[in-house]
Amino acid sequence: MSVLEHKLNEVADQKAGSDMIQYVTVVIGGQLFGLPISQVHDVFVPESVTRVPMSAPEVQGVLNLRGRIVTAINMRRRLHLPPLKEGQMMAVGIEYKQESYGLVIDTVGEVLTLPAASAEPNPSNLDRRWAEISGGVHRLDGQLMVILDVDRLLGAMFTEPMVAA
Amino acid sequence: MDDLLREFITETNESLDVVDVELVKFEQEPNNATILDNIFRLVHTIKGTCGFLGLPRLEGIAHAAETLMGKFRDGAPVTQEAVSLILTSIDQIKDILGELEAAEGEEPEGDDSELIGQLEKMSAKADAAMQGGAEEEAEAEAPEAVEEAPAEAEAEAETEAEAAANDDQPEQTLERPLRPGEVSLDELERAFRETEIEVEVAEAAVPEAEEALDEAEEPAPAPAAAKVEAKSEAKAPAGKKAGGEAGEKKSSGGGVSNQSIRVAVDTLEHLMTMVSELVLTRNQLLEIVRRHEDSEFKVPLQRLSNVTAELQEGVMATRMQPIGNAWQKLPRIVRDLSQELEKPIELEMIGADTELDRQVLEMIKDPLTHMVRNSADHGLERPEERRAAGKPEKGIITLAAYHEGGHIIIEVRDDGKGIDVDKVKAKVVERGLASEAEVDKMTDAQVHKFIFAAGFSTAAKVTSVSGRGVGMDVVRNNIELIGGTVDLRSTQGKGSSFIIKIPLTLAIVSTLIVEAGGDRFAIPQLSVVELVRVQTNSEHRIERIKDTPVLRLRNKLLPLVHLSQLLGIYEGENADEAIDADNGFIVVMQVGSQTFGVVVDGVFHTEEIVVKPMSTMLRNLGMFSGNTILGDGSVIMIIDPNGIAGAMASHASSAVTENQEDEQEDLQRRAISGQSSISLLLFRAGAPEPKAVPLSLVTRLEEFEVSKIERSNGRDLVQYRGALMPLVYVNDGDSHKTEGTQPMLVFSDAGRSMGLVVDEIVDIVEDRMNIEVGSERPGILGSAVVKERATEIIDLGYYLPQAFEDWFMRKEMDIEALTKKVLFVDDSSFFRNMLTPVLKAAGYDVTTCVGPQQAFELLENGDKFHAIVSDIEMPEINGFEFCESLRRDPRFRNIPILALSSMVTPASIERGRQAGFDDYVAKFDRPGLIAALKDVFSGEMGAAA
Repeated sequence: MSVLEHKLNEVADQKAGSDMIQYVTVVIGGQLFGLPISQVHDVFVPESVTRVPMSAPEVQGVLNLRGRIVTAINMRRRLHLPPLKEGQMMAVGIEYKQESYGLVIDTVGEVLTLPAASAEPNPSNLDRRWAEISGGVHRLDGQLMVILDVDRLLGAMFTEPMVAA
Repeated sequence: MDDLLREFITETNESLDVVDVELVKFEQEPNNATILDNIFRLVHTIKGTCGFLGLPRLEGIAHAAETLMGKFRDGAPVTQEAVSLILTSIDQIKDILGELEAAEGEEPEGDDSELIGQLEKMSAKADAAMQGGAEEEAEAEAPEAVEEAPAEAEAEAETEAEAAANDDQPEQTLERPLRPGEVSLDELERAFRETEIEVEVAEAAVPEAEEALDEAEEPAPAPAAAKVEAKSEAKAPAGKKAGGEAGEKKSSGGGVSNQSIRVAVDTLEHLMTMVSELVLTRNQLLEIVRRHEDSEFKVPLQRLSNVTAELQEGVMATRMQPIGNAWQKLPRIVRDLSQELEKPIELEMIGADTELDRQVLEMIKDPLTHMVRNSADHGLERPEERRAAGKPEKGIITLAAYHEGGHIIIEVRDDGKGIDVDKVKAKVVERGLASEAEVDKMTDAQVHKFIFAAGFSTAAKVTSVSGRGVGMDVVRNNIELIGGTVDLRSTQGKGSSFIIKIPLTLAIVSTLIVEAGGDRFAIPQLSVVELVRVQTNSEHRIERIKDTPVLRLRNKLLPLVHLSQLLGIYEGENADEAIDADNGFIVVMQVGSQTFGVVVDGVFHTEEIVVKPMSTMLRNLGMFSGNTILGDGSVIMIIDPNGIAGAMASHASSAVTENQEDEQEDLQRRAISGQSSISLLLFRAGAPEPKAVPLSLVTRLEEFEVSKIERSNGRDLVQYRGALMPLVYVNDGDSHKTEGTQPMLVFSDAGRSMGLVVDEIVDIVEDRMNIEVGSERPGILGSAVVKERATEIIDLGYYLPQAFEDWFMRKEMDIEALTKKVLFVDDSSFFRNMLTPVLKAAGYDVTTCVGPQQAFELLENGDKFHAIVSDIEMPEINGFEFCESLRRDPRFRNIPILALSSMVTPASIERGRQAGFDDYVAKFDRPGLIAALKDVFSGEMGAAA
């Protein structure tokens, strides 16, 4: 989404209920993450993912989503977590620099509307792996929701050497 | 920046390009008035427009240049100096235009008085060279005028008499009163509105303008002059027209005037994308319909498919432009280079109207320029050198373009000194790109390739033209980016030739879908030469050279690699087993001059796909050039042939050099053992083990209906070609089949044939007949390893006499290995083929000749033999004469010579002795021959000892 649209959404949110941001929540490795809804284009089950030989291990492959070729990023690998033993994984479609990516995650949670004001910076004891991609946290009842910063998530993958072992 | 200015910049740039080319032509043909008029008109138009739009700098330069050209028109001699100066001014104008564009319409600050001064001086010189007054003052004033548009142009219309110019006052605006010969703004407006956009009108206007110009030479009919102004300085519509007349290369070049429209490149791109999507969707539909046997969709879909294909072609055609466009700037560059380097150079352009995609055209402009510069600078020798080498002094650089099978081939050739292989080798070692030993082993072609290495240059010094060593690798890179290849061929002393091969279209590509490591991949068909299926017993075999698998394909060795290994997805445990020697599909690919084989697990079908660029994250993977969605919806990667070639490079060089070593060993071994591979016919007769006979002996393979086999005089016969052919059985007690057809091997000589009855003809193979185990059994020479199986080599000598008693006798064999070289001379190919293996089996290194003539040649050549075995009955020179002449030669006085003859009579034996033969053997007495040779050699050895 363009910055303009983003801003419009925020304004809309603000009007809706004084600085509320809607997040699509996902669970990765037991941790709850939130993606601003404006950034999420799709939620889908990743099917027929074609692996890309010699690519980085986080790149699960590429797939065809309604005629568009989407690069699937396995979030567990990205966050250095062990793979899911069983169960189907889900994917969240986002766009970054005009290209489509699918973040493969464990499950998709609810859409939460949270006040922007309650977003806090990363606590110092936040797991290092989450901190890499975190744009802040929200304290919820009994758990922490880490705000996923797409820029940091994907941007780092471009600068790191891409060749797989 | 407003549209008007944008138009102006585009059109003026085009005009300037044309002026460039025309000027170079003009320099070569100074008397060609058409070219001069053309140039004059173009520059005049540019000047006028500049003035009108309020671009004083540009106007000033154009004006001065135009004046100079006016001198030429009046007959001043055209000097190289003058042309160079005009070219420089054109360059300056281009520069300013560039800055103008960047600055969004503001003319950059600057002072051109030096250039203008030079132009003026040149004009004066021209004047002086002709005759004519001192116009200098008039010229000096003119350029400083700011907004003099109408007056200026008018003044130019009058060439000699610059009277009006003299009256010019600086800083006049259009608010001043109309001067004689000018028209009011209103009139101008009217004129603008009336002018049309079409090119035809431009053409009409052009002759008008020319006329007007001519008229204006006389102290002008003012309205005519004004008309010229109006037409050449007009706003958008006429501007387009003027641009049309200048920019329409075809019309200005005297070509066909086409109906054409200017279309924004973006629009075409969009169209192209849409068509690509349409192709993809059509593929999807085709895939679905394919799965349904009978579907009413089939027919309309077929129609849709045809229409889509045509649409695709049509849209692609819109993007096609003649390659001449990319070559436009080159005549000028070559001319400049020629001057700078002080070498006369001619540029030849062939096939300038060959069309290719616009996108591709843009990308090869620079590489081509670079190559031409290289040729001029490094390739062509200095005139003195050329003279010394007997070449014409003028060096020729040739650009040739043509279509070939889905590609466009562009050659940049020069007839210069070629690539100095030694220099390159030295540089390579110096740079550490390869060791001296490696470099020594390389072929010239391999050494040439180093030219493309980054930072490579053998130029002793860096000139402003080239030699900085950043050229050829960038060139190759750029060409590879568009999926092309560049190859180099060079002959020292003769010249070099760069060959660029570019696919005609980029977006939609025909590919071959293959499978490897469980995944499917698309390989662009353009780089696929052929597909080879390897199976046990097929003629194509995967061999190993020091553990590197290679494919022997029509006597060429191709390095092999398994695709799954290249991509790191091989799932097996042992890498060596990736390529199964007995089973595989090999895709033979060619990239540039590299040919290699890629082993895959399966080959599916071909599919036309739309290349979608890789996601930025994955773009640096060299093996893939993109990905695509197949008709069935799955995403697959497109293999980049250049990536594979790169990975193979290391494989290839080591395999090839190893192979070379092996071949050396082979040669040595052969020299020692005196055996090389021959064709053998494998068959079965009476036992499951295969038997073999040299194919050269076999006349025909036949199958006869058993009903044709007759029995007479206790023998089986068959009527064959008008004669009776006796049948012989391999094993005693064998008999022919009772029904069906009976295969047999037919041996013929001098009109007589024998049919050897076999059970089954197996195969024809090439292998060394190295009889390792001799045999006492009649009919078998011994056992040899043929295609890795123990095979009995039959002794034809045993069977032939069974057909005709006087054809053969029994044999014995001598397996003692001696490395004696024997020259065997016999005009009958049958006997040559018959006896050579026998001699070889006896351990001799046999060389055969068809007659004494050839034998003499070999001997003269310096070949050494230990003994000569010669037939007697030969045409032209018979054996006796041969021997006599040999004996006359001191070199061969003592060499053992044996006579072979079918006539063994005392008289002939005596004749032989007289001629100088050491022994006389019956042709069919093979043991006799072997024994005689043995005697001769032991006698020799005895003597030596």
